[in-house]
Amino acid sequence: MTDTLSTTRQASLDRTQRIRAGLRRRHLGETIFRGLGLAAIVLALGFVALLFVDVVRKGVPAFTQSNLHLAVTFDPELLKVDPAPVRDAFASQAEYTAASLKWQRDVAMLNWNKVVEASLRAAAPADVEIDSRQILTIAETDARHDIREMFVADPSLLGQTVEVDVLASANAANWIKGNIDRSLGDAQQQLSAPARALIDAFVENGTISNGFAWSIFTNVDSRAAPASAGLLGAFVGTVWMMLIVIILAVPIGVAAAVYLEEFAPRSRWTDLIEVNINNLAAVPSIVFGLLGAAVFINYLHLPISAPIVGGLVLTLMTLPTIIIATRGALQGVSPALRQAALGMGASRTQMVFHHVLPVTFPSILTATIIGVAQALGETAPLLLIGMKAFVASVPLTPLDQATALPVQIYLWQGNENRNFFEPRTAAAIMVLLAVMILLNGVAIYLRSRLEKRA
Amino acid sequence: MDMVAGKVKMTQQSVKSAMNPTDMLERPIRLTARDVTVHYGAKQALHGISIDIPDRAVTSFIGPSGCGKSTFLRCINRMNDTIEGAKVGGTIKLDGEDIYDPSLDVVELRARIGMVFQKPNPFPKSIYENVAYGPRIHGLARSKADMDEIVVSSLRKAGLFEEVKDRLNEPGTGLSGGQQQRLCIARAIAVGPEVILMDEPCSALDPIATAIIEELIDELRENYTIVIVTHSMQQAARVSQKTAFFHLGNLIEEGVTEDIFTNPVNKQTQDYIMGRIG
Repeated sequence: MTDTLSTTRQASLDRTQRIRAGLRRRHLGETIFRGLGLAAIVLALGFVALLFVDVVRKGVPAFTQSNLHLAVTFDPELLKVDPAPVRDAFASQAEYTAASLKWQRDVAMLNWNKVVEASLRAAAPADVEIDSRQILTIAETDARHDIREMFVADPSLLGQTVEVDVLASANAANWIKGNIDRSLGDAQQQLSAPARALIDAFVENGTISNGFAWSIFTNVDSRAAPASAGLLGAFVGTVWMMLIVIILAVPIGVAAAVYLEEFAPRSRWTDLIEVNINNLAAVPSIVFGLLGAAVFINYLHLPISAPIVGGLVLTLMTLPTIIIATRGALQGVSPALRQAALGMGASRTQMVFHHVLPVTFPSILTATIIGVAQALGETAPLLLIGMKAFVASVPLTPLDQATALPVQIYLWQGNENRNFFEPRTAAAIMVLLAVMILLNGVAIYLRSRLEKRA
Repeated sequence: MDMVAGKVKMTQQSVKSAMNPTDMLERPIRLTARDVTVHYGAKQALHGISIDIPDRAVTSFIGPSGCGKSTFLRCINRMNDTIEGAKVGGTIKLDGEDIYDPSLDVVELRARIGMVFQKPNPFPKSIYENVAYGPRIHGLARSKADMDEIVVSSLRKAGLFEEVKDRLNEPGTGLSGGQQQRLCIARAIAVGPEVILMDEPCSALDPIATAIIEELIDELRENYTIVIVTHSMQQAARVSQKTAFFHLGNLIEEGVTEDIFTNPVNKQTQDYIMGRIG
C-alpha cells in the first residue's frame, strides 16, 4: 500500500520535473517570437516614418512662393493704346460693340513684357546694367497676362500706377531658396550673371519676398510658368472620379453582396461568381485601364481623358473590394439575429433590410471608404485612358478633360525642371496623403460612433 | 444561496398544480402532426413523428441531446425552411390546415405560431422597438397610440413592464439574461399568435430567472397553446400538462405529464426519467 503510494508520488514528481525542463524552452520560444514581432513592427513603422519625413522635408519648400512687389505703371507712352471706347460716344450699340472688340484686340496685341520690364527696372537699383531678355527671366512668364487681365478689367487704369504682386520665375525662386549651387560657372547657370545679381538686390531691397504658396491650391498645372503650377485641376478631376465611384460602386457593390450572400441559392453558378469576384480583386489595375480604354472609349465613345471614364474604370476596380468586404460583414452577423427576425414572421427582405444591414452598416461603410481611398491613389489605369495629358483647366463637368492627383504627381515627377518640381512633387504627395488620411480618419470616426450607438 | 433556493421553492409552489388528466385529454386539438420526417442532406433526423398538441395547454418535448425534439419544434413554424439542405416530409396541420401547403405564406404562419429561442436574442434596438417590430411588419397597429397599447400590454403579459417602464427607449440588449428572454416572449406575444414555441427557453438562464419564466409560461397557457422543448425533466414536470419523449429521432412515448413521469410504459422512457440514459 505504502509502496504504491510512493510510486505514484514518484511518478508525479518525475512528470513535474519533465514539464519544468520543457518550460525554459517554451519561454525562450515565446520570447524569440515576441522579439521578432516587435522588430517587424519597428521596421515597418520606421519605413513609414522615413517616407513621411522625406516627403515632408522635400515638400515643405514648395509651399513658399517668391513674390515680386512691383509698382506697375500703365504708361500711355509705352502702351500706345487709345482709351477704352465709351458707349455714349457711339450712335448705335453695334458700332460700340465693334469698337470695343477692336480695342480688346489691340490690347491683346500689345507687348506687355515692356510693362513688366519697366516695372522691374523701376524697382531695381539705379546703376544696374541688364538687358531686356535677362531682366524678364526674373518674373514668371504669366506675369504679363495677370497685368493685362487687370487692365482689360479696368481700362481706367491707363496712365495710373498700381502696386501688383506677381510671381518670381521658377529659376529665380530656386536661386533664392538656395536650390542652385552658387559656385557653378555661368555656363552651367540657368540665369545670367546680371539677373542673379539683380535677384539678390531685389531680395535685399524687399521687392522680392516669400509668402505662403496658395497658388498650389488655386492654380491649374502650367508648363510655361512653372512657378504658378498648381493642383486645382487635378484635385477637381479626382473629386469628380471619387463622386462617380461612390455613386456607382457603393450601391452596386452592396446590392451584389447582399444578393449573393442572402438570396442567391448555393449552386455551381454562385460558386463560380464568387471565385471570379475574388480573382477580380487581384487583377492588376493596369488591366482595368485597358478594359476601360477598349469599352468606354473605343466602344461607347466616351470622351478621352475625362473623369467619367476614369470614374467608371475605378468603379470596376473598387467593386470587388466592396463586394468582398460586405459579404464578409454579412457572414459575421449572428444567426440568432436572423432567426429572431424570421421567427417574428419577417420576410427574407425585411430580415436583411431591417436587421442585418443596419448591424453591418459600420463595417460596410469602413470597407467602402477604404476601397475609395484605394481608388483615389490609383494611377496606372488612368494613364491608359488618357488622363496623363497635360490639362491646364479645371474640369467643370465629368466630361471635360482632366487629370488626377496621383497622375499629377507622376507628371511633375517627370518634369524636366527637376530643381523646381521636386518639391512640387513632394507637395502634391503631401496633399494626396492628407486626403487619404482624412478619408481613413472619417472611416474610423464613423465606425466608432456607429458601433457605440448600436 | 439560501435566498435563491427559497425563491425557487416558493415559485414552484406558486405554479398551479397540473390539470386534471381527463380534463387535459378532452381539450380540443390544435396541432396534429402525422409521420413527420426530416432529412438534413443524407442524414435522417426524424423518423415519422405523429403527435397531437392540445389547445391552451403546455406540451413539453424531452429527451437526450440530438434526439430530434428541437428539430421537430422547428418544423411547426417551418424554421427548418431556412436551413439549407433540410427536407421535411409528412403533414402538420394547424386547426386542420396543412402548414406545408404551398399556397400558405410562411410569413403568415410565423405570425400565428411565435417562437422563443434557446439564447435570448433581442434585436439590437430599443425595448419598445423590439416589441413593436412584429405588429409593425404585420400591420397590426392602426396608430401610434394603438402601438403603444400593444407594446405595454405585451410587456405586461410577459411580466416585464414594471421592470422596464422607465427605459423603453434603452436598448433591449442591455437587460439581464432573464429579462431579455421575457422581452423575447413579449415580442412574440405582441403579434397575437395562437401557438408559442419555446426552444429550451431557460437553458441560458440562472435558477431565479428560470423560475420567473416558468411561472410566466404557466400564466400564458390560459390564452396560448405552448410547446416547449426542455433538457430539464423537472421543468417538464413543473410546467407541462402533456409530455412527449424523443429518442434518436423517434417519438418513444407521449401522454399526460403525470403519467409519463410516474408511470412510463416504455422501457427507454423509464430509463431516461430515472437518469439511466441521456
